[in-house]
Amino acid sequence: MQLYKRLKTLTANHIKSDRQADAKVPSDLWRKCPKCGTTILTKEFDQYATCPHCHYGFRISARQRLGWLVDDFDEQDSELSSNDPLNFPGYPAKLKQAQGKTGLNDAVLTGRARIRGQHFALGIMDPTFIMGSLGTATGEKITRLFERATQERLPVVLCTASGGARMQEGINSLMQMAKISNAVAQHAAAGLLYLVILTDPTTGGVTASFAMQGDITLAEPHALVGFAGRRVIEQTIHQKIPADLQDAENLLRHGFVDRIVRRQDEKTTIWQLLQYGGGQHD
Amino acid sequence: MTKEDAGAIVAAARSTQKITMAEITQQLFDHFIELHGDHAGSDDPAIVGGLAFFHQRPVTVIGTDRGADVKDRLATHFGCPTPGGYRKALRLAKQAAKFQRPVIFFVDTPGAYPGQRAEENGQGAAIAANLLQIAQLPTPIITVIYGEGGSGGALALACGDQVWMMAKSTYSILSPEGFASILWKDSRRADEAAELMQLTPKQLLKQRVIEGIIDEPDDHRAVLAAIDAVLQPQLDKLCSQTPAELLAARRQRYRKF
Repeated sequence: MQLYKRLKTLTANHIKSDRQADAKVPSDLWRKCPKCGTTILTKEFDQYATCPHCHYGFRISARQRLGWLVDDFDEQDSELSSNDPLNFPGYPAKLKQAQGKTGLNDAVLTGRARIRGQHFALGIMDPTFIMGSLGTATGEKITRLFERATQERLPVVLCTASGGARMQEGINSLMQMAKISNAVAQHAAAGLLYLVILTDPTTGGVTASFAMQGDITLAEPHALVGFAGRRVIEQTIHQKIPADLQDAENLLRHGFVDRIVRRQDEKTTIWQLLQYGGGQHD
Repeated sequence: MTKEDAGAIVAAARSTQKITMAEITQQLFDHFIELHGDHAGSDDPAIVGGLAFFHQRPVTVIGTDRGADVKDRLATHFGCPTPGGYRKALRLAKQAAKFQRPVIFFVDTPGAYPGQRAEENGQGAAIAANLLQIAQLPTPIITVIYGEGGSGGALALACGDQVWMMAKSTYSILSPEGFASILWKDSRRADEAAELMQLTPKQLLKQRVIEGIIDEPDDHRAVLAAIDAVLQPQLDKLCSQTPAELLAARRQRYRKF
């Protein structure tokens, strides 16, 4: 009993001193890389937000990515947002919250961009907007991006990031896959380049449509790219799947990705690839 | 109009009493000859395709198959196609376009197969290729959903000129169980999810996702006759259009969403 009391006192003291220490240490001092487990001092994170050890690119908003990806950007269709086609309970509030958080009206940022002398149409999906899910507004913005690029004879560069379908929009979300695919096909028929950059995570209906329809497909290191979710696969085949099954590196090995590119090199790589044709030059 | 019971339609769509792909190929068409494989390393039994005559007109028939016995059901993953299945469908559809044959798809799938090998073989890429290419083929393409129309795995076979649904069938982004599991972390609320999802033929017709609903009595001969009565005039109509007219209308069909 004596021992128990003493332990109890020690524990209480520990908690007290822990709390005092907690107050002095900011909660976001460290970040742990979800891929290799390396602990990174948050202040050492630069604008690219990558792991210095394995080069994994942390999930960042579309606006943060825009900050280092291009020289110039002219945003389009910024007012377009979902009209809640299924009258889904709680969905308008969820949309409003995501809009407030990201400064976007839906899960993609689109517009005209430039890197040095190269002009192109640019889309950046935002994984922080309802998991980058493919709703009607995102589908319409991407469709218009391809349609305008076809008219203006511009290549399209699209950074994908998506958890898949927007559940709250039901079948309308599915139809976006067909709608965008038609726009991609017409852009392709006009002889224009479509460059995809797969970022973490790109899954579901986005993988099963425009993320896998590019002329050239780049991927960021260790980005998760797949069709079905890990839990669904494991429940279906009744066994554990390898940790790296849906890593970009594994897709490269199986022939579905052209190159793995680090964030720090993306801007130059886009510019280089545009030199080979498929677009306009100053 | 009385409110329809979405949960009951989901159950009817999954019933084992429904017509099968074998009945469709043998009884709805004449002289069906099956053609196998994607000619790129696999032959998925979950997709059956081949040549046939429909009222003297040569056509290409492609459909999902769940298999008749336990062994076949395992081989077809209960009607869930693998990437090789989608590539087989694309190969046969392109061949049909080359010879200006109409393509008729029959879809009854819970969805594309979510397995480890399917992932490694590019399940997403295979579906994406179908959406990109089948939708541009200059030949009439009609899809009939005759059970479950599960997500991208169904859309990959339903991106042509017209989509029809049997009265007891569904077409949705996800199974009601999966939907309930994602949104409420409770797959037992599937019936409630089914109501919200608007996955019944009537609701989808109202949203102009499909062209129409085909009657589905219990008698299989009557079901096949009902499909025949829809397909014949619709194929005649589509075959009378030029490829340019066909493609323009098809683009409009998907652009509106």
